[in-house]
Amino acid sequence: MNGTETHTLVATVADHPGVLTRVASLFRRRGFNIASLAVGHSEEPGYSRMTIAVEGSAEEVKQCEKQLYKLVEVVSVRNLTGAPAVTRELAMIKVRAKATERPGLAEITDIFRGEIVDVSKSSMIVQMTGAQSKIDRFLDVITEYPIEEISRTGVIAIARDDVGPRNGRARG
Amino acid sequence: MSAINGQSSNGSTAAPGTPRTGGEVVCDAMLAAGVDVIFGMPGGASLPFYDSLYHYQDRIRHVLIRHEQAAGFAANGYARATGKVGVATSTSGPGATNMVTCMANDIMDSVGVVYITGQVARPAIGSDAFQEADVTGISIPITKHSYLVMDVDDLPRVMSEAFHLASTGRPGPVHVDIPKDVFLETTTETAPDQVNLRGYRPSKVGNARMVRKAAEVINASERPIIMAGHGIDISGAAEELLLLATRGSIPVVSTLHGVGTFPETHPLSFGMLGMHGLAYANFAMRQTDCIIGLGTRFDDRAVGKEDEFGPGAKVVHIDIDPAEIGKVLETDVPIVGDLKLTLQKLLPLIESRDRTPWLDQMNGWRRDHPSLKIPDSPDSVLPQEVVRAIYDISGGEARVIADVGQNQMWASQHFWYERPRMFFSAGGLGPMGYALPAAMGVKLADESQDVWCVTGDGGLLINIQEFNTLAAEGINVKVAVLNNAHLGMIRQWQEFFYEGRYMGAFLDNPDFAKVAQAFGLHGVGTSSRDEMHDAIAMAHEYDGPVVLDLHVDRVENVYPMIVPGTGVNSVIEDPR
Repeated sequence: MNGTETHTLVATVADHPGVLTRVASLFRRRGFNIASLAVGHSEEPGYSRMTIAVEGSAEEVKQCEKQLYKLVEVVSVRNLTGAPAVTRELAMIKVRAKATERPGLAEITDIFRGEIVDVSKSSMIVQMTGAQSKIDRFLDVITEYPIEEISRTGVIAIARDDVGPRNGRARG
Repeated sequence: MSAINGQSSNGSTAAPGTPRTGGEVVCDAMLAAGVDVIFGMPGGASLPFYDSLYHYQDRIRHVLIRHEQAAGFAANGYARATGKVGVATSTSGPGATNMVTCMANDIMDSVGVVYITGQVARPAIGSDAFQEADVTGISIPITKHSYLVMDVDDLPRVMSEAFHLASTGRPGPVHVDIPKDVFLETTTETAPDQVNLRGYRPSKVGNARMVRKAAEVINASERPIIMAGHGIDISGAAEELLLLATRGSIPVVSTLHGVGTFPETHPLSFGMLGMHGLAYANFAMRQTDCIIGLGTRFDDRAVGKEDEFGPGAKVVHIDIDPAEIGKVLETDVPIVGDLKLTLQKLLPLIESRDRTPWLDQMNGWRRDHPSLKIPDSPDSVLPQEVVRAIYDISGGEARVIADVGQNQMWASQHFWYERPRMFFSAGGLGPMGYALPAAMGVKLADESQDVWCVTGDGGLLINIQEFNTLAAEGINVKVAVLNNAHLGMIRQWQEFFYEGRYMGAFLDNPDFAKVAQAFGLHGVGTSSRDEMHDAIAMAHEYDGPVVLDLHVDRVENVYPMIVPGTGVNSVIEDPR
């Protein structure tokens, strides 16, 4: 087995009740490790797009793709790891910050091209969009500020050029 | 009516626009799928469906089983014997949960069964109503697909999809959960003429380049071996398998479900491989330089220790399920496709080759390791002798349904199956209690065939209530109970691996012949060899169901045996 790494799978699935349960059930049953899962409408009515970050060796993730593709409601599966693709995550971070601490936090947020989306007497909410690594780096930089809450969407991904997920198929 | 030439999958026998109840839609879909026998037990939530069945009883025979688990196993037997889809039905809640074992069994063994379960009426769903259970939630990981039908207008499409999914690609169970009020409502919808599922496009012919590569690898091999699995049977590729083996002089071993896909008396047949496979079949897997896996998933009971299984051999694997390829063995030539169609492409590329040295070697193992020799036993009847007697008396023409455990292994070993669909067994899940209800399904699939249920005493007791169904429906199954007063395989493992600390292995059985008689069946008990032979001969001639309580040696073991986690090098052969 090769080393474990995080793979980004993008699946187009029928927008039916229970489809998320099926996907989650499959991952649990076969012991695949989900780092994150994001789901939303796709460009096509009646179909959703799921972006699933899976941890595992190349062989394990290949098996995961095949098993995922076997679900009747899964129309396509594509592994975008190493493929030309844009991946993004959105995070909202509530940081405890008194009035005197705000300018420093705002400066760091600005450098990371984040946005301050809410301010209260004792805290600020920072919205950060970008590659997962950028958000991780931002969190590393602001460790001096007490973080009250983090909410992250998990990555979503879209392939560049003509290698779109709609044509993708998990095949033997 | 849009069923033209029987090609339509829309399942309607009504003119478009004619209102049909949900129950009628289900019945029409069964007829369209060619299903003429179904197995089930009614309950509150499925009563409206039974009211529809009442009006279809001239076309669909409903067999009332005595436990819903028997419905699922009987439908499995029916499906495997006919190649059609089996149907099992129950009410909501406890009726449906009783079929969970059957769904898990079907998915493991790739058997197409549609499960119709009643659900509480829609307004009651989620309210913890009487006999409510989230059965589609339960069935997700053990079905090929499942539906909870919340709108009767969806039902015609759902039913045709269900039968399509169950029977195509790699077959499997499909669960359709229908609320009571959906059975009652009417719809004018009909199913589309063709099932159209974007996420479901099973492969047909394997990739041409890979097929050529497979031929090159096979032609270049000195010691190839074909591992014939259940896929041969499902795809109807027995003829192509025979051609492949004979053209290339390639020996054939089979998995448990592959038993009979290649004629077992053929000189190129080397029997079943695996944990209780024949020693020479397993020796061959150690020495081969090319494994040709056909419709098999390289199950752990067949393969054993992976690094002693064809070490250094090239692996050609043809299967319709891409997820099975590369799952267990690293594969040199992966081919996804229907076996029959793919073998038809492969066959012309296979060179006729003399492989005498390899066949001589294999026949040498066969001579030196006679795995099927039955030892002398002056003081007891050996269970293997019973299977042999059924083989002899039926002339090898009986369909045999084995249960799970020692009886299953003996039934696979000591009978020579010449055709597919002669031997039936629950191989993957291994649910004891399978044989009796499955035998009912096999019998009703084709009543002209002799059907023998070979079961242990332990497995019989799990679904013994079906004696009542045999009697009430007059289902002509011969039941041979290999009665060793033990959970035999448990006893064997405790002898081999737990230093004889027997725990939970002994069975304090009733008199099964008397039990059978109480159910109104012809029941006979035997303890001697002569009685056993006479009883089997009698049962063979008797026109009706018979139960034979055959007292056999209590401590006989199944040989050969490869200890789990080890390879063929440490095979335990019969010491006698």
